Amino acid sequence: MTFTFDNTSPIYIQLVEQMKMHIISGRLSPGERIPSVRELALLTKVNPNTMQKALGELEDSGLIFTERTNGKFVTEDTELIESLRHEQARILSEKYLTSMRSLGVTDTEIVDYLTKEVNK
Amino acid sequence: MAVVECKNLCKSFGKKKILDDISITIPEGRIVGLLGKNGMGKSTLIKLICDLLTPTSGEILVNGLPVGVESKKAISYLPERIALDKTMSVDCVIEYYRDFYENFDEAKARRLLGDLDLDPTEKLSKMSKGMQEKVQLALVMSRRVDLYILDEPMGGVDPATRDYILDTILTNFDEGASVLISTHLISDIERILDDVIFIDKGKIVLTSDTDSLREEEGLSVDEIFRRMFKC
Repeated sequence: MTFTFDNTSPIYIQLVEQMKMHIISGRLSPGERIPSVRELALLTKVNPNTMQKALGELEDSGLIFTERTNGKFVTEDTELIESLRHEQARILSEKYLTSMRSLGVTDTEIVDYLTKEVNK
Repeated sequence: MAVVECKNLCKSFGKKKILDDISITIPEGRIVGLLGKNGMGKSTLIKLICDLLTPTSGEILVNGLPVGVESKKAISYLPERIALDKTMSVDCVIEYYRDFYENFDEAKARRLLGDLDLDPTEKLSKMSKGMQEKVQLALVMSRRVDLYILDEPMGGVDPATRDYILDTILTNFDEGASVLISTHLISDIERILDDVIFIDKGKIVLTSDTDSLREEEGLSVDEIFRRMFKC
């Protein structure tokens, strides 16, 4: 797991976003055990309280769960992960379209570009 | 309960007012940054909390009690300058700490110092400044206390050593303990801070939770600091 931060927005939000991406992309698999707050804090070099807050948020959104004595795990709800993946893909496509259109590229051309890139 | 509570603290040296009506609280289990330019009163405030200076007026409570013998047990302090006798070897300073502090965890200190790949019989004076800083930090973090006060723990060391120092702080403070770090090297350290206290010309000008501050301003703490105190 790797994390990169910029210091201009709240660290816990960046942590939540990046953990989410790790889960959506499958780098953290469903049911996988997550390192402890302390371990994660050290790994990412953030404050343990901040990490705790981020994990709390992820837990609220159902992406991770706590097993009382064993620690925290990634959700086994693959449908939830799949729906977040779709959502993320949709957002990225939208962003891509917006920037391409702002370049003055027509929609047909955009599809051409994409097809070319995919077949490369 | 707050670990430290300062109420209307003032400190003057002769006619010169160094601290002016400081009231701050350091809660349990937080990492707090005391941020200010050079000469704005950071070290003076720290020395007051450590009971190394006496306030001109005002009150300091540590764990609810006035500073004194008990507060010295509860606080582990890293001074700005190396305070160890440099003619001592690592073995010697460990012994020194063991004699002085009943809450000193010698095994932990040995482990931390062992990671540094040091010859325990070598004198401090033979080591680089960065290495001396690491030794001192390892000793300070090896006491089991309620509050670690670190005065400029990264002054004058290279970026790799700074990373080591940050790691050591993050992994080694006891759960539930608080850390007060004074620095003007904010960008290196802001990621680990829960709260920040800005001090300027002897007065507290801002106290905030770090993430809320970033959210409100859309800037890093470092940038906020630079804007606020532009020379």
